[in-house]
Amino acid sequence: MSEDMAPVAETVTAERRLNMIEAINEALDIMLERDPNVVIMGEDVGYFGGVFRATAGLQAKHGKNRVFDTPISECGIIGAAVGMGAYGLRPVPEIQFADYIYPGLDQLISEAARLRYRSAGDYIAPLTVRSPFGGGIFGGQTHSQSPEALFTHVAGLKTVIPATPHDAKGLLIAAIEDNDPVIFFEPKRIYNGPFSGFYDKPVEPWKKHEGSVVPEGYYKIPLGKARMVQEGEALTVLAYGTMVHVAEAVCKAKGVDAEILDLRTLVPLDIKAIEASVEKTGRCLIVHEATRTSGFGAELSALVTERCFYHLEAPVERVTGFDTPYPHSLEWAYFPGPVRIGEAIDKLLKD
Amino acid sequence: MAEPAKPADSNRPALALHVPEPRYRPGDVADFSHIDIGEAGASPRPDEGAHPSEMSELAYGLIRVLGDDNQAHGPWNPRLDPETLRTMLGHMAMVRAFDERMFRGQRQGKTSFYMKCTGEEATSIAPAMALASDDMVFPSYRQQGILIARGYPLLEMINQIYSNKADKLKGRQLPIMYSSREHSFFSISGNLATQCPQAVGWAMASAIKGDSRIAASWVGEGSTAEGDFHAACTFAAVYNAPVILNVINNQWAISSFSGFAGSERTTFAARGLGHGIAALRVDGNDALACFAAAQWAANRARGNHGPTLIEYFTYRAEGHSTSDDPSGYRSAQEREEWPLGDPVTRLKNHLIALGEWDEERQAAMDLDCAERVKATTKEAEKNGILGHGLHHPFHTMFEDVYEELPWHLEEQADQAIRERITKFGTERPFG
Repeated sequence: MSEDMAPVAETVTAERRLNMIEAINEALDIMLERDPNVVIMGEDVGYFGGVFRATAGLQAKHGKNRVFDTPISECGIIGAAVGMGAYGLRPVPEIQFADYIYPGLDQLISEAARLRYRSAGDYIAPLTVRSPFGGGIFGGQTHSQSPEALFTHVAGLKTVIPATPHDAKGLLIAAIEDNDPVIFFEPKRIYNGPFSGFYDKPVEPWKKHEGSVVPEGYYKIPLGKARMVQEGEALTVLAYGTMVHVAEAVCKAKGVDAEILDLRTLVPLDIKAIEASVEKTGRCLIVHEATRTSGFGAELSALVTERCFYHLEAPVERVTGFDTPYPHSLEWAYFPGPVRIGEAIDKLLKD
Repeated sequence: MAEPAKPADSNRPALALHVPEPRYRPGDVADFSHIDIGEAGASPRPDEGAHPSEMSELAYGLIRVLGDDNQAHGPWNPRLDPETLRTMLGHMAMVRAFDERMFRGQRQGKTSFYMKCTGEEATSIAPAMALASDDMVFPSYRQQGILIARGYPLLEMINQIYSNKADKLKGRQLPIMYSSREHSFFSISGNLATQCPQAVGWAMASAIKGDSRIAASWVGEGSTAEGDFHAACTFAAVYNAPVILNVINNQWAISSFSGFAGSERTTFAARGLGHGIAALRVDGNDALACFAAAQWAANRARGNHGPTLIEYFTYRAEGHSTSDDPSGYRSAQEREEWPLGDPVTRLKNHLIALGEWDEERQAAMDLDCAERVKATTKEAEKNGILGHGLHHPFHTMFEDVYEELPWHLEEQADQAIRERITKFGTERPFG
């Protein structure tokens, strides 16, 4: 496992700390510079620089032919990006919120995901669809969803979710360079700081987190490799995005010696890292913010049960959002926070 | 259950839903005299850089060149030399012969599915000839004429239709869902209208790169109801994309007549006007008009004057596909009553009227096409036909899902190959 987990060679200069938005912006800037075929398109991404500022300054620097606003049509954005990919460009469309990606689903599922296959390699769709996802910002039901499981279910798509500024930059560069279509979900709750899940406590900025140390220049983190957040013996936690930090904070608060894996890529999944950890600890907790039924946790649970059954000392536990739309005022009742995670840990460690 | 408000309780009139109904159903006498086809040569030909608002009447009329006298008329006459006209006629005859043979092949069990384009040959062959060979086309499923016009080998088409071991698409696609990057022919989807915004995106990319190649897409009138078509129009207009959006109005989408896509209210060409896109409505059974419209739109796009929407007004003379029987929903007379005739016959008669062709040569050409298709079919059958064996190594099923196989696909590929051995043993070759 240590081999898989090794950080990718990078030029570490003076320690420099960025938040996730800055890291994403830098990755996009670097790729626009390095590859003349990269184009960025999406609602409000041009002159204004995006509603979350992820593309700020990029149009001014790289020109309107490389970074431009689009009509409010996710179908059109993804459809045009597929055509651009067929031409030979490497489009990086932004969908303003993951909640708005559904009008583009046919173009993603039936077109981008299958183009290489159905044309036997004649055409590819090297898109990276960036989209902020997840809740915890009082976004209500239309600015909070976590639809990652829909995409992991589609053969031909890769799904990537970073949990730190360092990873966001390296994974985004890898996603853009990847010749397959990648859904790159950015956990917007942690754009500006790692969220502990204790919503009633003061917000921590990224500056205090080691994951905010972002090397300058180009580096990439290979897709399909998990990150070992912390080693431990008592149980394995499988999480991604915001929930990595929440799980970490809860384990710390409870004094649990957990081994926490940040999956980083859901498809392709780092199954070796998962197997190695669960075989070591014998207990597995899966945490995601998305709704429970048919969520990606179900897939993880099945994989762990199929492949590590004889190492398990307790049933696999899932902690997830409830099977409801994301409620505005009851956001923190919906969110799989410290109480829900804490109870699951207690249950796992009971025997 | 919702209780409707009773009109008797108020002065408000009861609402009524309009569900469109075609004029003729099986057994009816078809009469198309209500369709105003205008006169050949009557439509003005605006400058290729004209503003869409200056030419809006062309979205409601019908651009026609070939008259009842078999002569070419008016400003849209593309003035093609006889050799080009004979080439065009030859492509159309070849497509017709090919369709006949492939349809029969499906009925003989050699493949699962086929779609003819009978009566619509001009709408793909003439535009393909008007475009440059490296202009990118994003076809729907009834544009086999483009491949024929671009010289794509018949053998490759039949291999694909048979999903046999020589099929370049490795047996993955439904018959006729061709793809050829070499011929600038995009992979056909089957999900309708998805190719429209893709063509616009390709054209945008070409403009971003300062290229000179343009893009064109084809979609049926029924599929213009899809959001993708409207997204394509919006993007094409917003970015002034060098693209031609072709709508093949063949009157029928399987059993649904064009009224279910909105034809009772306005034309399909008029969809362009609302977007500020130049729009032409063309006699789709008139190969010269089809060529002229496509050439106008191609010049417009190449001159940075932006997109054009072309409605080709035609008639689907046969069923939607081998899985369809139109006698169940439309009058059998429609085909013969269609006021714009047959595109092959009209072009043939034009060449004869010019003194450049005759019936003997036509008969010889038809025979030659049939023989060439027949010979190529035999050649393709040596590579196998659908259902006679699992032609492709099982591992190919897992390739090209991604550029490289992730672990879960490698595991599943191993399983598939194990299953093959379990069923067939190791006697037969396996992948």
